[in-house]
Amino acid sequence: MTKNKILPAVQKYTMILILILVAAFFAWQTDGKILLPQNITNIISQNAYVFVLATGMLLCILTGGNIDLSVGSVVCFVGAVGAIFLDKGMGWIPAVLLMLVVGLVIGAWQAFWIAFVRVPPFIVTLSGMFVFRGLSNVVLDGKTMSVTNETFVKVFGGGADCYIPDFLGGGEGTNLLALVVGAIVAILYVVMTLSKRATRVKKGYSVDSLTKTLGTMIIIVAVIGFFTLKLSQHKGIPTALIWVAVVILVYAYITSKTTIGRYFYAIGGNEKAAKLSGVNTNRVYFIAYTNMGLLSALAGILTIARMTSAQPTYGQNYEMDAIGSCFIGGASAYGGVGTVPGVIVGALLMGVINIGMSIMGIDQNYQKVVKGLVLLAAVIFDVVSKREKS
Amino acid sequence: MSEYILEMKSITKLFPGVRALDDVNLKVKKGSIHALVGENGAGKSTLMNVLSGIYPYGTYSGDIIYDGEVCKFSKIRDSEAKGIVIIHQELALIPYMSIGENMFLGNEQGKSYSIDWNKTYAEADRHLRTVGLTESSRTLIRDIGVGKQQLVEIAKALAKNAKLLILDEPTSSLNESDSKALLDLLLRFKKEGMTSIIISHKLNEVSYVADDITVIRDGHTIETLTKGVDDLSEDRIIRGMVGRELADRFPKRKNVQIGDTMMEVKNWTVHHPQYREKKVVDNVSFKVRRGEVVGISGLMGAGRTELAMSIFGHSYGSGISGQLYLDGKEVKLHTIREAIDHGLAYVTEDRKGNGLILSNPIRINTTLANMKGVSSRGVIDQDKEYAVADDYRQKMRTKCTGVEQKVGNLSGGNQQKVLLAKWMFTDPDVLILDEPTRGIDVGAKYEIYTIINQLVSEGKSVIMISSELPEVLGMSDRIYVMNEGRMVGEFNQADATQEGIMACILRSCNNEKGAVTHD
Repeated sequence: MTKNKILPAVQKYTMILILILVAAFFAWQTDGKILLPQNITNIISQNAYVFVLATGMLLCILTGGNIDLSVGSVVCFVGAVGAIFLDKGMGWIPAVLLMLVVGLVIGAWQAFWIAFVRVPPFIVTLSGMFVFRGLSNVVLDGKTMSVTNETFVKVFGGGADCYIPDFLGGGEGTNLLALVVGAIVAILYVVMTLSKRATRVKKGYSVDSLTKTLGTMIIIVAVIGFFTLKLSQHKGIPTALIWVAVVILVYAYITSKTTIGRYFYAIGGNEKAAKLSGVNTNRVYFIAYTNMGLLSALAGILTIARMTSAQPTYGQNYEMDAIGSCFIGGASAYGGVGTVPGVIVGALLMGVINIGMSIMGIDQNYQKVVKGLVLLAAVIFDVVSKREKS
Repeated sequence: MSEYILEMKSITKLFPGVRALDDVNLKVKKGSIHALVGENGAGKSTLMNVLSGIYPYGTYSGDIIYDGEVCKFSKIRDSEAKGIVIIHQELALIPYMSIGENMFLGNEQGKSYSIDWNKTYAEADRHLRTVGLTESSRTLIRDIGVGKQQLVEIAKALAKNAKLLILDEPTSSLNESDSKALLDLLLRFKKEGMTSIIISHKLNEVSYVADDITVIRDGHTIETLTKGVDDLSEDRIIRGMVGRELADRFPKRKNVQIGDTMMEVKNWTVHHPQYREKKVVDNVSFKVRRGEVVGISGLMGAGRTELAMSIFGHSYGSGISGQLYLDGKEVKLHTIREAIDHGLAYVTEDRKGNGLILSNPIRINTTLANMKGVSSRGVIDQDKEYAVADDYRQKMRTKCTGVEQKVGNLSGGNQQKVLLAKWMFTDPDVLILDEPTRGIDVGAKYEIYTIINQLVSEGKSVIMISSELPEVLGMSDRIYVMNEGRMVGEFNQADATQEGIMACILRSCNNEKGAVTHD
């Protein structure tokens, strides 16, 4: 294999390589503590909101590097409204639906100004950031409201027992369900990849070499195996993981396989060209920001479940975590470039750095310094590697 | 002192995988106008970038001898200090700054902590008069037309004490009369001792101004033709550029049946999107039949693009009135989507700005206007999409590494083919081609003409907006002439001549003035 072949492959998987290196670094520094089953589970549960918000943020960023600054405040406000209604005795399903609708309405409100009146997204969402932070304080009256609906808390990944019950009957330290689910996911992945490759070969399209396909496959199956093994050694599959997985799968599908997904990229790539090709650009902007409201609501649900309470201070800087994950995960600050899997890797990298430094006992303030520098480094790398290519 | 102001000796410049310039030699006589011609990608711009220090000394091999000394420029400032000033194809002016501010950008007058604005504007005005502009240098760039902006670029070069002026495609966005004015200006500068190098695709202009013509092909200097010694006719130059005689610059159309009226526009009036009282298109009527190529000729700013875009789903303008008939039925198209669904296609004049997503591959660009054709219920069939794009790549003979290549990395002619493919895939009945061959080389032009012939032979109608008269004459069955928003003439192919069309435009200008005095 020549250098010309290795370099693009390395560039394509840079962030994954960096993620592995960073994880290895922390494993070394913490004497392997970061790889303990409980910590692996925590990376998912603690960062569930980041995965959800970053996925929505990606759609906004794709349209041309536009960000949504209001998501932290919307998370807080939706959580507050939900906590109040749960407290009044509303069932958990109606409460969840209510929260999603509130998120959708807030998203549509901001999206309307952005898409149809063409107020810059930065301004509209800056306004939303103030408005919904203020309203959170108003509805909660400045106080903490605890969430006592146990089913709600369990289903959305909070409390001590937020795992899918192991109905397959594994013993302590070996959750059979997690292992079985892991095996099914791995097999599905292998079968789908091979069958897709087979159709492409049959139709005579170009495909990657068999060694390369198998190599990637082995790595991914190994990662799935490692991950589910760790989950099974702790308490099984956290319920939050289900929601995160659903969001990732749905949005990965939308962005890569559907026409509306294609339009996000087209507008970010050249808005005028997209418009002259018959793409209703206003509608695409509207969908991006309305959807951000919906996913903010889901993040709000996950947040109050995990904290088993709602407070007017929740959700602060969540927007920054989401935006940071997108850019670390390879989204372009000019729009038109970025993928859901990339963003998830970006979010995981942030999560690993967070938890690794916490275990090492590094001061909170220094953690922020490191996160900031990692964000800058990721974007510098992106800009420089693009310049060398052209 | 040698008679040459500039000698470039065996310049070789390598890019990864490509020899962009291979042992290129160029000698420019003092006080002459030297033209560089060659197909797109032949290496003309690369050579000029080497000369001006954009590619610094050390990244190429060979010598640059300017004014008798060997020069080793490491940045643009170095070459400008010697009086070598390059004016790029894309104008580098900032619209919201005044002419004066633009002219002295990076070369501010006075002290660095206190700019001398009086001196700036006085100097700027002086240089503006030299290039024949009467505007105040306090006018904002966005308030003057493209033709005048090009002159401002030249004035800016004068302000840098240019001794050797390099113009890269200076007339590519100018109309005929502005182009003529610019070329005459160069001739005047020549009399005053200025040396110019001009890069151009427009061979009639080259033969008009140039004393010497150097032909570059595939990174090699082919020959240098000298006025008075060699034959400088267009055919002779084209032979040097492409290495063969182009027997006919326009392919013949065979057996094309011209049928019934396909599209008809009546009393079409469009107002400016911002200044709503200003009429950009004024009561225009025209029609196009099946299998017919209709040319729309006119000067830049005549309202042709605006007419086309307003028909294409009201994508330009405000207060649009008039009737549009497709296949005999009146239709109202308020969005671009409706226009596409009714079988209209508008291929923009600005392929980089409005036409293509340069950062995306050929495949994605090809299907963007007709996603329905490769998807069902909103889900894209990516194998089908690949097949469609690859099919058009073969049909159009697009030169690329494959349909996954980024469009931004293609040459202008191949980009134009991708843009055409995108609109052909929407299966339109009427294609409006706006300047379909702007800035592409002779060989690619011929291929585009062949595609147009193919389209009409399939019974489609083509409306071709073009500022190049030979192209309009060579390709159209019928020609409309527009000026200042109005249709001022119509010719059949048999009666149309360049002189006739120009006369038609000029007469309409005179009528206008006459009308004003009558009022």
